[in-house]
Amino acid sequence: MAIEPEARRRAHQWLDEVYAKTPEREALFETISGHPVRPLYTEDDLADWDSERDLGLPGSYPYTRGPYPSMYRGRLWTMRQFAGFGTVEETNERFRYLLDHGQTGLSTAFDMPTLMGLDSDHGRSDGEVGVEGVALDTVDDMETLFDRIPLDQVTVSMTINAPAAIVLAFYVVAAEENGIAPAKLGGTIQTDILKEYIAQKEWCFPIEPAMRLVTDMVEWCTAEMPRWHPISISGYHIREAGSTAAQELAFTLKDGFTYVERALERGLAVDSFAPRLSFFFNAHIDFFEEIAKYRAARRIWAREMRERYNAADERSLLMRFHTQTAGVSLTAQQPLNNIVRTAIEALAGVLGGTQSLHTNSFDEALALPTADAVRVALRTQQVIAHETGAANTVDPLGGSYFVEALTDEIEAKAYEYFARIDELGGMVAAIEQGFPQREIADAAFAYQTEVDAKQRIVVGVNDYVAEGEADPALHRPDPSAEIRQRERLERTRAARDEAAATTTLEALKAAAGGDENLMPRLIACARARVSEGEMVAAMQEVFGTYTEHPQF
Amino acid sequence: MSEETATRTIRVVVAKPGLDGHDRGAKIIARALRDAGMEVIYTGLHQTPEQIVATVIQEDADAVGLSILSGAHMTLVPKVVALLAEQGVEDVIVTVGGTIPADDVPELKKLGVAEVFTPGAPTDAIVEFIRGAAAERSPA
Repeated sequence: MAIEPEARRRAHQWLDEVYAKTPEREALFETISGHPVRPLYTEDDLADWDSERDLGLPGSYPYTRGPYPSMYRGRLWTMRQFAGFGTVEETNERFRYLLDHGQTGLSTAFDMPTLMGLDSDHGRSDGEVGVEGVALDTVDDMETLFDRIPLDQVTVSMTINAPAAIVLAFYVVAAEENGIAPAKLGGTIQTDILKEYIAQKEWCFPIEPAMRLVTDMVEWCTAEMPRWHPISISGYHIREAGSTAAQELAFTLKDGFTYVERALERGLAVDSFAPRLSFFFNAHIDFFEEIAKYRAARRIWAREMRERYNAADERSLLMRFHTQTAGVSLTAQQPLNNIVRTAIEALAGVLGGTQSLHTNSFDEALALPTADAVRVALRTQQVIAHETGAANTVDPLGGSYFVEALTDEIEAKAYEYFARIDELGGMVAAIEQGFPQREIADAAFAYQTEVDAKQRIVVGVNDYVAEGEADPALHRPDPSAEIRQRERLERTRAARDEAAATTTLEALKAAAGGDENLMPRLIACARARVSEGEMVAAMQEVFGTYTEHPQF
Repeated sequence: MSEETATRTIRVVVAKPGLDGHDRGAKIIARALRDAGMEVIYTGLHQTPEQIVATVIQEDADAVGLSILSGAHMTLVPKVVALLAEQGVEDVIVTVGGTIPADDVPELKKLGVAEVFTPGAPTDAIVEFIRGAAAERSPA
């Protein structure tokens, strides 16, 4: 779009002659990521912008405005609240409560032992079973988890990474034993191991064997589970660890490109697997920056998939993502304020075109949500969907000088990061050298410094404080869950054919030492009632383990 | 002022007990304490209580900060405190930070935890607390 010299002159003149005369208040006019924000955005800021090249139409390359033509006028985003605590019985109850209250998809939170590949009776699981999520040890647990939930009608997301292949095996076997073939299953398993080494820090194996498992899952699901997303390439956790929006965008996409490259190296055709790749972003509190981030993400992904990875199928170019509002933005102080934060963050996700959304509960700075708190969080999405008009038109902020300029600027920052990571030898090499980890730690420290200096206000925390407030009634982990879960595990082991279990484990170990796809072996172990911890331990004998060399 | 009364560098172990992988806060505190002139040993993730106490002893630490955001604090903190006592270093200052509901704070303090820093605690308050507590422990 050619900006006429007259318009450019007018904007500059206004800034120099009119705006310069008005004093600014004492505040940080930067996004939460430290990106400077100008007083006004005009056509001048879009001097090099081309609406056909940079904006396009919804459902058309480069998909800035959205992956689908009708977006929410065709179908609302999936309301998918992350849930899980205690044993599978309690979580099954919470799943059915959420579905009864209008949630449209399920999302599973596992406990720390499950996430780290440890059984509930492992010494290091002490005090952690069922605390941060639901405890899952065997396929029997998976069956109870989805009791009375039709897996051929409800899509299920499972947030698990290092042992994802095992948990997927449990899911497939549980569904099969309930008469549902893998090809009928729709949903997502997170699987994104690179962001674990970068940010979430849940690992079982060293990087290369872990990447082999990811590619095994992509390959196997491409053949057997056409409705399933074998990976959810995530920025949420990177952001929670303290990254800027640009880092979240850049590291997530670079992780994604790395998975694409590994699948291509495996011999898979890009159009065979790329359509089932999905993404997961944070919705942080700096409203416009988040919207710009999502739009830039779609545009970058489409461009790179087409130009660099030669994807020909349109579906390979579509970035579809789930969004979660920023846990790290929630305050323990005056927790009802968190309802406001979550609502604004959720709206950013919607205006950014998310396919699926989780809204945090107001009490989550301190605990897992109570049923009442999570109901408010779900209602927040329903109010946005049905009362605000935000879902009436596609990409409402498209064409905004501010939003388009920010979209361009954050995209440019992402490409700078891509170049730096390439210089280091790619994402795996960058992680081994601690690059993304250091960037995140530096950004986290810079933000904290701003907050401590009161340059950045966090309401209720460093300003507008209220003394002597008690916590709201919080969810408390049930200590009996650990005992009950150990009993469940014992019963499964007692009932299984021990010889068969051993045979399948030996076969898994042998296969791990070679390069065959491990999914069939894991499924055989799952059927034989081998536990997650047993499978992980067997694979660790072959793969080894991982220890981080921390930098602060 | 004699050499004995010159201030010795405070030595702090910042530790992540249990399976919890949330290390954002622990790393910020570690850096802030180091910037404040203290000698900081960051244990990294997934430490057992035994490993933490071994580090505290090995490093001759004045204080240990336990960072727990997994909800497992009422299992892990008592274990660390008990092991410190067992090893004869119960005078080490123990602080706890993380996702700690207010209701748990009194019980942690009864165990001997000197202070609990919940979400939103200002960094300099943490630094000053440790500086003050260390001075009381080994007065100049």
